[in-house]
Amino acid sequence: MNIVVCVKQVPDTATERKLRSDDKTLDRDAADGVVNELDEYAVEEALRLKEAHGGEVTVLSMGPAKATETIRKALAMGADKAVHLSDDALRGSDALSTSYALAETLKKIGFDLVILGSESTDARTGVLAAMLAERLGTPQLTLANKVEVDGSAIAIQRVTDYGYDKVEASLPAVVSVVEKINEPRYPSFKGIMAAKKKPVETLAIGDAEISADQVGLASAWSEVVDFAAAPPRAAGTVVKDEGDGGVKAAEFLASKKFV
Amino acid sequence: MSEILVLVEHADGDVKKVTLELLTLARSLGEPSAVWAGPGYTDAAKAKLAEYGAGKIYVAESEEIAGYVVAPKAELLAKLVSDASPAAVLVAATAEGKEIAGRLAIKTDSGVITDAVGLGEGFVADQSIFGGGVNVRSRVTKGTPIVAVRPNSTAPVAEPGAGAEEKVEIALSDAARGAKVVERVKQERGARPELTEAAIVVSGGRGVGSGENFSIIEKLADSLGAAVGASRAATDAGWYPHQFQVGQTGKTVSPQLYVAAGISGAIQHRAGMQTSKTIVVINKDSEAPIFEIADFGVVGDLFQVVPQLTEEIEKRK
Ligand SMILES: Cc1cc2nc3c(=O)[nH]c(=O)nc-3n(C[C@H](O)[C@H](O)[C@H](O)COP(=O)(O)OP(=O)(O)OC[C@H]3O[C@@H](n4cnc5c(N)ncnc54)[C@H](O)[C@@H]3O)c2cc1C
Repeated sequence: MNIVVCVKQVPDTATERKLRSDDKTLDRDAADGVVNELDEYAVEEALRLKEAHGGEVTVLSMGPAKATETIRKALAMGADKAVHLSDDALRGSDALSTSYALAETLKKIGFDLVILGSESTDARTGVLAAMLAERLGTPQLTLANKVEVDGSAIAIQRVTDYGYDKVEASLPAVVSVVEKINEPRYPSFKGIMAAKKKPVETLAIGDAEISADQVGLASAWSEVVDFAAAPPRAAGTVVKDEGDGGVKAAEFLASKKFV
Repeated sequence: MSEILVLVEHADGDVKKVTLELLTLARSLGEPSAVWAGPGYTDAAKAKLAEYGAGKIYVAESEEIAGYVVAPKAELLAKLVSDASPAAVLVAATAEGKEIAGRLAIKTDSGVITDAVGLGEGFVADQSIFGGGVNVRSRVTKGTPIVAVRPNSTAPVAEPGAGAEEKVEIALSDAARGAKVVERVKQERGARPELTEAAIVVSGGRGVGSGENFSIIEKLADSLGAAVGASRAATDAGWYPHQFQVGQTGKTVSPQLYVAAGISGAIQHRAGMQTSKTIVVINKDSEAPIFEIADFGVVGDLFQVVPQLTEEIEKRK
């Protein structure tokens, strides 16, 4: 089975994240870049499927040159090779352009199964997997907390508000995973060393037949009008429980008409 | 006035509150038309949609629409966008709503905005990003604006519309029938309001200590008519089901009142609840970051404070 895992480098949630004042895009230099945490679950799931069914795991990442750190991490976990889609023309791409660029690349490199994390911790749109399924015309198996493959049949459990749906499809397909699906492995020392020698193919947009007028900030389908730091919340009242903390909280709720 | 399509969220034939909010919002920007997708349409649903201002109600009742993941609903909306040329399409910013919006955007070559917490003139949307740290205003610049709006962004206000029904037949493409739903498994915990829609949410974290202890949280929730939420530490430990997780990789909630007990307030948790109107915190560590966003906080042991609070609320009823 030919599995492609889409991996994104994101600014570390623990550091202060900013938008740039000039073009209102994410300031990627302001914060340390890390692997989008949910993508680690996607890599893990791909590796488990490969271990069970054979095949190959390819990491696909779109991002600036510095995203190679993220790609190496996925390779160190055990992926076989990587494709790095990197081109200045891609900067500022929104979800529509990103899905277009990734879909074109996927068509070029081929796949039986594409696996993504359910969302990225920076943009948090949660739409990319659905968009890829739409563009590729393949089944959408998103928000999975369980994936099973049997020959060309694939079944997942899709997390819903009320519990989950059991969903069935056949390959090729696009899967997105939630964090409850597995426990991502840590790269071993051997894995880290091996990753340095694994092939990483860098593609510019022309290599993947991506047209420049469909990507990048200038071609985005939406724009940021303006932005500002959120005003801090007004300081609240904090009391120490002296045996009547519950009563005091009830009084506060009553003053706000909640009881 | 220009038509605005509102995709109806419904369960067991009932229209969900978020749809009434979306209709209210749509009324301020144009003439709302409700779009009902899937089986379960009833007279009561029709009456509700009309009561909140739906001028038209497009009804596509085929079983098939609900029988496959997401794609059929996007196809239905795409057909309506091409037939009716609406000024905008609004969906609820639930996980599924956003996926529908995403596919619809591609089908109609339109821009999409997710997780709007407000929507104004020119369909300029308000968003709260980076865990609530930055407020952004954005808008769609190509095609028909498609906006996924978070539940609890507007208070629903009734104002009757004509509610003229229009049946819609749709022949799904093969691509829309790729991912078949073979079974729906319900894991509900009692008859509480739905987490994302609830006016009040009471959440427990690692401080709750065990699955059994979550009954303390549930009792407080029930005394307030609230939904129960949990931090990731609590869902990871298996103390409470995953679909109740609040935060970055769980649900985003924006209730009138959020009560956090035994939760430290990590940025990933705050990302899912920071826009709550009033926040009450119970935590034994006065240094816990969650106190920074509390309107009222009690530094104390939740096993003392929460039952006392519940009892006091019951007394005051
Ligand atoms: C990519 C990513 C996504 C994430 N997504 C989410 C998410 O969606 N939701 C989420 O919640 N987290 C998420 N997290 C995890 C988050 O970083 C925290 O680890 C988590 O929120 C901690 O949960 P907690 O506050 O319950 O536990 P802790 O941080 O351990 O806090 C427990 C608190 O309980 C208090 N306490 C203990 N005993 C008592 C007592 N008897 N009485 C009163 N107080 C007591 C302690 O003082 C402490 O403050 C995510 C992390 C990452 C990296």
